[in-house]
Amino acid sequence: MKTPDAWKHVELICPAGTPAGLRTAVDAGAHAVYCGFRDETNARNFPGLNFDRAEMRAGIAYAHDRGVKALVALNTFMRAGEVDLWKRGVDDAVAAGADALILADVGLIAYASRAHPKQRLHLSVQAAAATAEAIAFYHERFNVKRVVLPRVLTVDEIAKLTKTARPCETEVFVFGGLCVMAEGRCSLSSYATGKSPNMTGVCSPPSHVDYREDGDTLTASVGGFTVERFAKDEAAGYPTLCKGRFCSQGKTMHLFEDPVSLNAVELLPKLIECGVTAFKIEGRQRGRAYIAAVVKAFRRALDSLETGGAMDVEELKRLTEGQSATTGAYKKTWR
Amino acid sequence: MDAISRMGLTLGPVFFNWPAKIWSDFYARIADEAEIDRVVIGEAVCSKREPFHQEATIAAIERLTRAGKEVAIATLALPTMKRETEAIRALAESDMLVEANDIATVYLLEGKPHIVGPFLNIYNEAALGFHLGLGATRVCLPPELPISSIARMAAMCDGVEVFAFGRSPLAISARCYHARAHGLPKDACKYVCEVDPDGMTVETLDGKDFLAVNGVQTLGHVCVAATRETKALRDAGVASLRLSPHSCDMVTVAKTFRELADEKISSADAEAALKTLRLPGPLSDGFLRGLPGARLIDEID
Repeated sequence: MKTPDAWKHVELICPAGTPAGLRTAVDAGAHAVYCGFRDETNARNFPGLNFDRAEMRAGIAYAHDRGVKALVALNTFMRAGEVDLWKRGVDDAVAAGADALILADVGLIAYASRAHPKQRLHLSVQAAAATAEAIAFYHERFNVKRVVLPRVLTVDEIAKLTKTARPCETEVFVFGGLCVMAEGRCSLSSYATGKSPNMTGVCSPPSHVDYREDGDTLTASVGGFTVERFAKDEAAGYPTLCKGRFCSQGKTMHLFEDPVSLNAVELLPKLIECGVTAFKIEGRQRGRAYIAAVVKAFRRALDSLETGGAMDVEELKRLTEGQSATTGAYKKTWR
Repeated sequence: MDAISRMGLTLGPVFFNWPAKIWSDFYARIADEAEIDRVVIGEAVCSKREPFHQEATIAAIERLTRAGKEVAIATLALPTMKRETEAIRALAESDMLVEANDIATVYLLEGKPHIVGPFLNIYNEAALGFHLGLGATRVCLPPELPISSIARMAAMCDGVEVFAFGRSPLAISARCYHARAHGLPKDACKYVCEVDPDGMTVETLDGKDFLAVNGVQTLGHVCVAATRETKALRDAGVASLRLSPHSCDMVTVAKTFRELADEKISSADAEAALKTLRLPGPLSDGFLRGLPGARLIDEID
């Protein structure tokens, strides 16, 4: 790599959905892990996931003992009248030793910066800060140190933003689930099920998913709306609303996005050259074997890039959902 | 009824790509006939449409202002390009009243009095208080909020507005789904969104109406109507109702909500009046009730 400076701070940010998942990601080579409390304060509020207070303290200590950072996500929007749940989450994450808090709600960010002025704050992707002005707002007003960029931007846009954002750092998603809508500004799930990423921390939640066998086909619905039909021998993917098949203009198609996941490994060299600080893997809901494989593969890719070697792109291709992946909006043709 | 408790009516920006003539005629009629207090005018969805209305906007603003309506200029919900933020910067530096729909716009307004539109995430009293401190004088809350949250916020501010009529905006993307559905790239979209004045219908595989696509924006198929909540919203201190323009007779929509807010008609009368119009979808108040936003008024009772 020509610019060794760019490497100094490159971080691989890995999902930790459970205490065991955290240890897996740390052991597999994460530079940092991100996790959340077991309630509506984080955007992966699924049954069986997340950390209670004691688990959070132990998890952070496990990471720190191995030189790995721990970031705590409190990235939903506070419910009016119950804002204390979120504020307590902030206080407890700080007390547990979080290296940074990942926040989206401007009210909560204001609270965190006031109550814990020394705490490092990151802006969650759920705040969808997509312009230099939006980043400047959070950086100047709250001293936010890093912004996780929405997945609606092209690499060229990321490059420009990263340059103008400095000294505020940028972080981008490189692998896993892909929101096709601007994050934190989508209420499709709320519309179909009454449960939303912004308010309850879930999207197309399993509690509202139904599979119905219909002769040779399996019909998947969310909140009573049919989202996908699978042939009997076809692998039935999870029916996320924006990845479903719908009818419009007399055509049946994946109107918003095919059921693909994001894999931007091939763009890593370009993104590093742009000055992006951190690369994030989505998937706090994924199993430990998957996490171990993806984290190891990405760490290897980053390490070999740093020493001027080649990346094994194929390995990660095999790990993408349904064997089908996209670089999403990062390449302008997607739009 | 005294003047203080009179609930205002705001006409939100036209989300859809209406042909220039229809657009101009629409605002002329609103100026001349509609019982609307405030009008937010301008493009919130796609900057590529802006040139079509630029001249007509000036004329429309003049006519609306002459008719005694307060006018504010809408801004994009998802600006990403430099020319888009530069256009917002120019607006912010003008003496126009601006409605911010993205935090970048709030940044560019630098504390000047402004309106906050429904695309900013204000879900609680802390976020509302913060935005009031930055100069927001009126705040249209996100359409997915239930009345319980709205009431909390209305109690602390006399500028809370609620999305009360029209297809509720659900999502915004960098990708144009109108172009995608027509097999066109976004950069050569041929402005195909123009053919759907209330959005392009999206059905499920079994033919059930589900969503409506409007370029980069996705809306619900149903038509929000806060007919049964108007009184509760007023009692909670909500300052105004937002009516979102559709191709149906918006003068009648405004008249209906005016009479409802003034308790001259019942919610049943209001629904009956609305149902005589060519509505974009069946009436719904699911979000306000804390239910799925697709839930119909008629399904609930």
